[in-house]
Amino acid sequence: MEFDLSLLLNGIVSGLLLGGLYAAAASGLAVSFGMLDIVNIAHPALMVTGAFTVVALGTWLGLDPLVVAVLQAPLFYVFGIGIYNAYHHFFEKRGDEALQGLAFFFGVMFIIEVGLVMVFGPEQRFLDPSYAYTTWRIGDIDLPLRMLVPGLFAMASIGGLFLYLHRSFTGLAIAAVAQDAEALRLMAIDPVRIKRLAFGISIALASMAGGALVVVQPVEPSSGQVFIGRVFAICIMGGMASLPGCIMAALLFGVVENVTATFFGPSWSPAVAFGWLLLVLAFRPQGLFGKAA
Amino acid sequence: MSEVFFRAAGLGKRFGGFVALAEVDIELRAGERLGLIGPNGSGKSTFVNCISGDFGEHDGQVTLGGVALGGLKPHRRARLGMARTFQLPQPFNSLNVLENVRVPLLFAGHAAEATDRAMACLEQVEMADKARKLPKELTQVEQRRLELARAIALQPRLLIADEAMAGLSNTEVDQIIALLFKLNEAGAAVIMIEHIMRAVTAFSERLVVFVAGRKIADGPPRDVLALAEVEGAYLGKQ
Amino acid sequence: MNTHLRFWLGAAALGLALVAGLRLLGNDYGYFAGYFVLQYVVLAGAWNILGGYAGYVNFGAAGFMAAGAYSAIVVRQWLGWDLIPGIFAAAFVAGLLGLGTGYLTLRLKGVYFSIATLCLAVVLQTLVVNWDYVGGSRGAYIIHARDIPPFNSYSEMLFIVMLALAIITTGIGRAVEMSRLGRGLQAIRDNERAAEAVGVPTLRLKLVATTLCGALMGVAGAPLPYYSGYLNPEAAFSLAYAVNAIAMPLIGGAGTWAGPVIGAVLLASLQQAATVTISSALNLWIVGWMLVIFVAVAPRGILGWFRRRA
Repeated sequence: MEFDLSLLLNGIVSGLLLGGLYAAAASGLAVSFGMLDIVNIAHPALMVTGAFTVVALGTWLGLDPLVVAVLQAPLFYVFGIGIYNAYHHFFEKRGDEALQGLAFFFGVMFIIEVGLVMVFGPEQRFLDPSYAYTTWRIGDIDLPLRMLVPGLFAMASIGGLFLYLHRSFTGLAIAAVAQDAEALRLMAIDPVRIKRLAFGISIALASMAGGALVVVQPVEPSSGQVFIGRVFAICIMGGMASLPGCIMAALLFGVVENVTATFFGPSWSPAVAFGWLLLVLAFRPQGLFGKAA
Repeated sequence: MSEVFFRAAGLGKRFGGFVALAEVDIELRAGERLGLIGPNGSGKSTFVNCISGDFGEHDGQVTLGGVALGGLKPHRRARLGMARTFQLPQPFNSLNVLENVRVPLLFAGHAAEATDRAMACLEQVEMADKARKLPKELTQVEQRRLELARAIALQPRLLIADEAMAGLSNTEVDQIIALLFKLNEAGAAVIMIEHIMRAVTAFSERLVVFVAGRKIADGPPRDVLALAEVEGAYLGKQ
Repeated sequence: MNTHLRFWLGAAALGLALVAGLRLLGNDYGYFAGYFVLQYVVLAGAWNILGGYAGYVNFGAAGFMAAGAYSAIVVRQWLGWDLIPGIFAAAFVAGLLGLGTGYLTLRLKGVYFSIATLCLAVVLQTLVVNWDYVGGSRGAYIIHARDIPPFNSYSEMLFIVMLALAIITTGIGRAVEMSRLGRGLQAIRDNERAAEAVGVPTLRLKLVATTLCGALMGVAGAPLPYYSGYLNPEAAFSLAYAVNAIAMPLIGGAGTWAGPVIGAVLLASLQQAATVTISSALNLWIVGWMLVIFVAVAPRGILGWFRRRA
């Protein structure tokens, strides 16, 4: 193949846009996995659930998918609190997180995925907003709004999360729970309450990422599977609990994956996710953007 | 006097910019009883984690019986004769007391007579009658005894008792001290890391004091405790 | 009598009784249903070696199993090897895969190994889909083993092969449980740091376990292309394998050699019976719920539950 600069540039730019979506998908995990040490492998499945409810509600109400994503987020917050309560009661309290707790989330992931097939059927669903077929052009570079709008939406929601974690009292308590749950107890704050709240937020973020996902691409019940590798790789590369690290890793990841897809064909891109994850785990387990241990 | 068999030279460990341990030299003779004291955060635990191999990388060298331990994992050091107990007892919770003690024996090349040897270790710590119990059914002091039994199953030349008496009553402390004396007579040098001064002074032939990651004193307990800086840095603040 | 000998004789007698019973029944469906159940005995037993004893969760059962199935296809197409050598090839390839994944991730916290196995299935599927030699996404048509004389029928032969594999896997599980390796793995599960401190070579034991676990999962998959006659990536990497491999040992009683057998026979029979009456999606949904409910309410599985009452 002849090397084509504009192909490469476009690959990079749409990779960055794709990275925005990945950042949205991984930011919730940075809260649950990174800060709370809860290995929620059902996170991508919950994101896909969010995408399906966006399609259902958006079709019914005739609203833009991203608006629906914001409107439905409180429902997922409550759902997340329910999941955490079950997890805490049966596993965290008993010290059974490592084996049984992990199996629990695997079961939840599975129930969600099969449940989606039963409710919505196995075929692909999509919901095109009005701007889906508009593309801005800057020189040789295409900026499809189908990618740009969800990317900006993702950045806005992560920005909101960042402010919440750094400015509000509860947000600071969440950051503290990541460091030292005992210290919180000494401050008369119940770490379980904080974790419950934070986990609810992480699931709300998953559902919003689902809204962004359905604008970018059609979804099917098993769409979550390829995202498992991506979001965990991004979260680990980003240094676990760091939102800026998470965004950087997601953008980088989007670019690498998209350039791979441009030059080698899209069917190879899932392999990139795993390859990266393994390399990171093998050589830099503290993350590309994390501090050296 | 017997030979120096354990030597830590220029030991140091940093976490990011924080110096947890710096330029520590400690030598130990076979069968010696050493007390290691210092305020919280003075580097005692870091020292233990460095010599036991829990921290893969640190400055300086550690040798045991002439073997350089650099780069060796904890299980290799354990088999070379270095045993430790943990500040919080860390039993294998799903295995009963006897099985807990059999684990080190199975991997130290005593698989065939593991049960007999494990029972002998339990008798040494007066726990033979508890052999079939699960760790969670034991009292605090019994868990400490189990921890010691598991350590001596390695037939250690060096036993590191890391706050093995925290949270125990006075009589229980006396029991553990007596036990450590017994193990010492059987041939193991002991490093006792302890906050309970009564225990340290009763047990130690020699005392080392850490403050802020450095060794500030090393000598007979009477002399060390008389040093003004030890009193100021450590005892004065107790 | 030696306890090991007693186990093998008992298992062989039970196996012979099963074969005799199915011959009397004289119905091919019996062999097919039996194969379905027994492949899960192998898969669940394999998972248990790493997950049950050492407490490390392998989510990639479908990936390892498919690696085994496709190894059998490759050696068949490339070298003309039949079923039995295909099983050895599958064990070798999937075992290497387990070793590699373990080597790259096991020096870290255990959950990284779990996450890596989760992605492994996705990536192996990508590779297979892009690999025309084994049929790509269309799948591979083979594959009919040459009939071997002592067997009455092809399906009986497959059943008996899988029966032998199930007995061997269970025997291996039992041998691990009673050996030094098993004790070391249990010590790792309970407290890895303490295990290392008392002289257990934790990394080496974990690598032995991941290799064994991967190899046996591959073995479970090797006869699959012969059984179904046709294999495509979607079927080989089916999530059903991954969820069952975890659910069965946990429901039966993880960390005991009999637990996976009980869980597999129970759950697989249930599913086999249910596919006749209800949809396959609902079927899997029930397995998911059973997994979640069991780990929550009876975290030590059926065996653990009875032991506590006893």
